Amino acid sequence: MSFASLMATPSELTDTASAKTAIVLMTRIRLARNLAGQRFPGWADKARRTAVLAQCREAIAATPQMKKPHDLPIDRLSELERLILVERHLISRELSGSKGGAGAMISNDQAVSVMINEEDHLRIQVLRAGFQLKRAWNAIDDFDSALEESLDYAFSPTLGYLTACPTNLGTGMRASAMMHLPALIISNQMEKVVRAVNQLGMVVRGLFGEGSDASGSIFQISNQTTLGETEEEIIKRLGTVLNSIIEHEMNARAKLLEADANKLFDKIGRAYGILQNSHVLSSSEAMNLLSLLRLGVDLKIMPDFVRALIDRLFIEAQPGHLQYLQKGEIEPAQRDILRAALLRAEFANQPKPSFTLPGPN
Amino acid sequence: MASPLKCDICDKPATVHLTQILNNQAHKVDLCEDCARAKGITDSSDFSLADLLIKASLNPEAPVDAGACEQCGFTPADFKKTGRFGCPACYDTFRGMLEPMLDGMHKGVVHTGKVPARALERKSLHDRLTKLELDLTDAVKSERFEEAAKYRDEINQVRQAAGRTPPSAKS
Repeated sequence: MSFASLMATPSELTDTASAKTAIVLMTRIRLARNLAGQRFPGWADKARRTAVLAQCREAIAATPQMKKPHDLPIDRLSELERLILVERHLISRELSGSKGGAGAMISNDQAVSVMINEEDHLRIQVLRAGFQLKRAWNAIDDFDSALEESLDYAFSPTLGYLTACPTNLGTGMRASAMMHLPALIISNQMEKVVRAVNQLGMVVRGLFGEGSDASGSIFQISNQTTLGETEEEIIKRLGTVLNSIIEHEMNARAKLLEADANKLFDKIGRAYGILQNSHVLSSSEAMNLLSLLRLGVDLKIMPDFVRALIDRLFIEAQPGHLQYLQKGEIEPAQRDILRAALLRAEFANQPKPSFTLPGPN
Repeated sequence: MASPLKCDICDKPATVHLTQILNNQAHKVDLCEDCARAKGITDSSDFSLADLLIKASLNPEAPVDAGACEQCGFTPADFKKTGRFGCPACYDTFRGMLEPMLDGMHKGVVHTGKVPARALERKSLHDRLTKLELDLTDAVKSERFEEAAKYRDEINQVRQAAGRTPPSAKS
């Protein structure tokens, strides 16, 4: 299937938002796997990589999970197409920069994807909208077992799945959740949360930006270690941490409303106004405005269906997607104008915020 | 503004500061934007500070007793440069170097998770077949034909158990 059809099909990430995805936008699990007796991609010449790529593509296409996949060898994708796949979390920057003998296979709904010859021979990923660690694990476990029917994995009884980098040894699993945490940012608690989460052996990263100043207030939380625990134990530990972060975010929201609801309403109302009327919007400003409006949806200031629009725009307002829409490369300054135009059009007919919350004012 | 920190890699002013706590030890890294991007830190996909710290945890004075990996020619010097191994067999070759490193890196040093059951079953059938074939050749050579017939039957049975899957590649 072609790249254009990938862009035209609804996907797990951009088209499934609902009240269930309020704080955890998406759950993602990836497994690192390698073929027995084969050099890891970083130490293999192009002929070896090409042979592994062919073997893996055949095995992946034979699984029930990958009926008619998007089959995308990296050297046949334009730079823009690669950027779009990165923005959709379907491939990594490392793979997008690869010279050849590498590729990606992506299921029709974009919920299952495999990078071939990234750092490891196989990086398998399953993505689920909302907080669904267990379902994501079951899905990826099944898919991994289906692949194993025809591929011999490099495995050691003591060290587990053998990976190019020893930091991924054992389960080879990285489980993560993408979380929207605007109230923790507004009330300056994010650094404290990051420190606490780190101490529990989990990693926090801003999704569009760096550190605790991530624009859009979206963070990715994932496990740090992969060896010495079962997959279920890691997932359980991560789930506990995620639940406690959700609780902190909810408390922070309640406190903001209690302390000064007008201040928060003002932020949300202004975000709505700017999205409807601005003519120049940087990526980071756009993410922050969308984030505030998303908080407005959670607080019932905006209707529920706007959340799906916002989640789609988080992706579509990014540089690669904007340029795809415009069918060509555009300078950053032009992009900011185009981004503002896109958001003006999208929000022109959205209902006005209605600030009728229980409590003061 | 305080005087800017320098990038740990290239000495340009550092703008990306990371702290990660691993086994109750804080590890800090300061990077400039270019190096941060090159290391994939600004990337939303996988990054772990542990990656970056592997090299720091390798003692440069440590005697390098292991030579190159027989399977792929990878050397300890290559590992120090890249922080990655060359092939699965490197984990055997460089076990001495790996073990102290694993201690601080993970929750434990022994895998307790999923096992590729089908692949292991295939491998064990394959190993058994290889042994039976050797036994058969031996028996024929020394004209122990009754034994040879027994081995031949067993080989057929194992082949059937292996089903449609051909013997696995050398691993």
